[in-house]
Amino acid sequence: MAEGSRDQGGVVGTTDPEEDSPNMIVYRKIEDIVTRIQDEKAGGVAIRTVKSFLSKIPSVVSGADIVQWLMKNLSIEDPAEAIHLGSLVAAHGYIFPISDHVLTLKDDGTLYRFQSPYFWPSNCWEPENTDYAIYLCKRTMQNKARLELADYEAENLARLQRAFARKWEFIFMQAEAQVKIDRKKDKAERKILDSQERAFWDVHRPVPGCVNTTEMDIRKCRRERNPHRVKKSVYGVPDDGQSQPSPIHISSQPTRKPTKEDVQKEITFLNIQLDRHCMKVSKVADSLMTYTEQFMEYDPFVSATEPSNPWISDDSTFWDLEASREPSQQRVKKWGFSLEEALKDPAGRDQFLKFLESEFSSENLRFWLAVQDLKRRPLQEVASRAQEIWQEFLAEGAPSSINLDSHSYERTSQNLKDPGRYSYEDAQEHIFKLMKSDSYARFLRSNIYQDLLLARKKQPADTEQGRRTSLEKFTRSVGKSLTGKRLTGLMQSS
Amino acid sequence: MGEIEELRKEADSLKDQITAARKAVQDTTLQEAVASITVVGRVQMKTRKTLRGHLAKIYAMHWGADAKLCVSASQDGKLIVWDSITTNKVNAIPLKSSWVMTCAYAPSGNLVACGGLDNMCSIYNLKGKDGNVKVMRELAAHTGYLSCCRFLSDSEIITSSGDCTCVLWDIETGTQKTIFAGHQGDCMSLAVSPDFNFFISGACDFTAKLWDIREGQCRQTFGGHESDINAIGFFPNGNAVITGSDDATCKLYDLRADQELITYQDSGIMCGVTSLAPSFSGRLLLAGYDDFNVNIWDALKAERVGVLAGHDNRVSCIGVSADGMACCTGSWDSFLKIWN
Repeated sequence: MAEGSRDQGGVVGTTDPEEDSPNMIVYRKIEDIVTRIQDEKAGGVAIRTVKSFLSKIPSVVSGADIVQWLMKNLSIEDPAEAIHLGSLVAAHGYIFPISDHVLTLKDDGTLYRFQSPYFWPSNCWEPENTDYAIYLCKRTMQNKARLELADYEAENLARLQRAFARKWEFIFMQAEAQVKIDRKKDKAERKILDSQERAFWDVHRPVPGCVNTTEMDIRKCRRERNPHRVKKSVYGVPDDGQSQPSPIHISSQPTRKPTKEDVQKEITFLNIQLDRHCMKVSKVADSLMTYTEQFMEYDPFVSATEPSNPWISDDSTFWDLEASREPSQQRVKKWGFSLEEALKDPAGRDQFLKFLESEFSSENLRFWLAVQDLKRRPLQEVASRAQEIWQEFLAEGAPSSINLDSHSYERTSQNLKDPGRYSYEDAQEHIFKLMKSDSYARFLRSNIYQDLLLARKKQPADTEQGRRTSLEKFTRSVGKSLTGKRLTGLMQSS
Repeated sequence: MGEIEELRKEADSLKDQITAARKAVQDTTLQEAVASITVVGRVQMKTRKTLRGHLAKIYAMHWGADAKLCVSASQDGKLIVWDSITTNKVNAIPLKSSWVMTCAYAPSGNLVACGGLDNMCSIYNLKGKDGNVKVMRELAAHTGYLSCCRFLSDSEIITSSGDCTCVLWDIETGTQKTIFAGHQGDCMSLAVSPDFNFFISGACDFTAKLWDIREGQCRQTFGGHESDINAIGFFPNGNAVITGSDDATCKLYDLRADQELITYQDSGIMCGVTSLAPSFSGRLLLAGYDDFNVNIWDALKAERVGVLAGHDNRVSCIGVSADGMACCTGSWDSFLKIWN
């Protein structure tokens, strides 16, 4: 029986191969629809016999009727969607046009018939070429216009005759036997059965150019149906064991029974999970909404891009601008969303660095950048580079000394005994938080950033200078208005 | 025997407590929270380019970091690097094994990787000295097919495999640095977080797992799907995960709330999801299905807002370029299409 275990909120994969196959899941859904649609008493389509010229066409329904039913019963508003769904049902051979090999649904008077459950793909059919040969051979024996072979079928037959040259007599006999069996059936019944048989082969030996819907993703083939359930012959020809093995032979993983250690590991893992702090859904939903709102104006699929989207207009100005170090206001605005966004953009990095240099605190960002670079270095360079970073930023008397808390400092110096790409992870995280809470906020308020954001042009007479001049004036005037010597004395000594 | 029973009871009790903890923070649902915002307008994208050249099913594609070059892998045994704007083939790399299932482009643009039924991840250097593209490394240790691979840098790559594990490799030495074991079914897909500290994997045991790359441990597990998870991706803010499954649905899980927030499904969609990619802002989710279409979802409202119908067979892979400008789809019909 299927082995499974309930995992938080879901079912972990079972080992029942028949139900697992992805095609099987789709077949079940289609069969549900097809059963309902044929149930006339429960609101299904009207399946009728249609008079045509001198004969009657039994058991058919028009494509338009099927489309109507799908739209009404599956709540589909768009007819195109109903046609797409109906064509999917046809492509798998559950319905078929009576006068065409191509399995699609048309929203008109084209007549369709339902496939017999015997031929349903969910029965795990894998018909052999011998069967196909018998089928084509049988068709040539029956002298009916409607059973004439199509060009591609004639070609297939010729190829099969060459391939099965040695056992052709056997195939011929089987075909004759089938013809005899068929002749015994009622005329109307035969019409229906012939068409269903043909539709079956249209699925398993599709018209060239049509999709073979029985193809499976090779990654899922390993878990394919139980070999005992596979049906290989439509005409009762015994399997002579010459079937081609699938190109992949992957031995299935034997499922071990969980040991005591496995369960103990699971318990440890579950305990860690339980200790995690869960954030409220309302907060998380808010965060998602805020994020998408912020970035929607930068999302070319949602908002119009300025300048034009190069894919549509064939004008690459947008990309040229992105690559340039002179960012647009819109791009600069993004830097204000988070420190991560600012650092993602090379121009943002440059400007932030420039700002920090003006405050004489650029060592933090330079450290952060150096550690990012370290993580991408080839292994042989990692150790020496890690040492260089230590010398530059953390050693005693380092030229660009950064401010680390003692805990991170201890851990980092420990890590450096065996230097690796991630030796500075703790330190980097600490410095990042520092920048985020301190310098980043000031950067956003700075002239450097604001000028770019508001696209302010730089004045030749620097505003900084202007302010300094007025401060000097103010100080002088204060000094004059107060009793002179005492204050001047103070100012001189400071 | 009794001891295992005791332990199992303990494990089950912990699971119940975790479920309770998750419920405790469910002060609302995503659907309620977004009730006030309007659905995104109908999204209509056109095919701008068709990349022709493969002769068989395309199984995978991946954009380069420059948003113009991309690499694709096909069962015709070729890895092709395309200049997607001119549709020219920059490189056409013949593979030793034609049963390739995945490909990846390094962020630097120097390397590409691929793998499949050969159980190996082969790394190719695109910027070799003499101009020829050669195999640089063959990472062999998996005992199952290679389903997905993603570069962290030119020195490290993460792979997922049909042997139920994911592995972090050091490319230069060709050795496994960390093995991430825990899934009980084939790992089908993986995605790396925007900050490169975590990655997520989706598997045939119907669960998705979040792994800490450095610590080598599974941090969280998400369930809820009723069939194999074929595709997985991070929401652009790095705090949420999107999965696509054979059960014909996609799900959004939040890492901080530790639970599923919403499911993207429609009674008219019956076929499994093969691939997915969020748009630049995350507001749209593009998902490729076995029924040859790509459905575009409003990720917050969980409503379908568009369809890309242009392939004549299954859509096997999809990717949105780094600048969000274009979406590329690859299909079993052997073509890649660029849409926007």
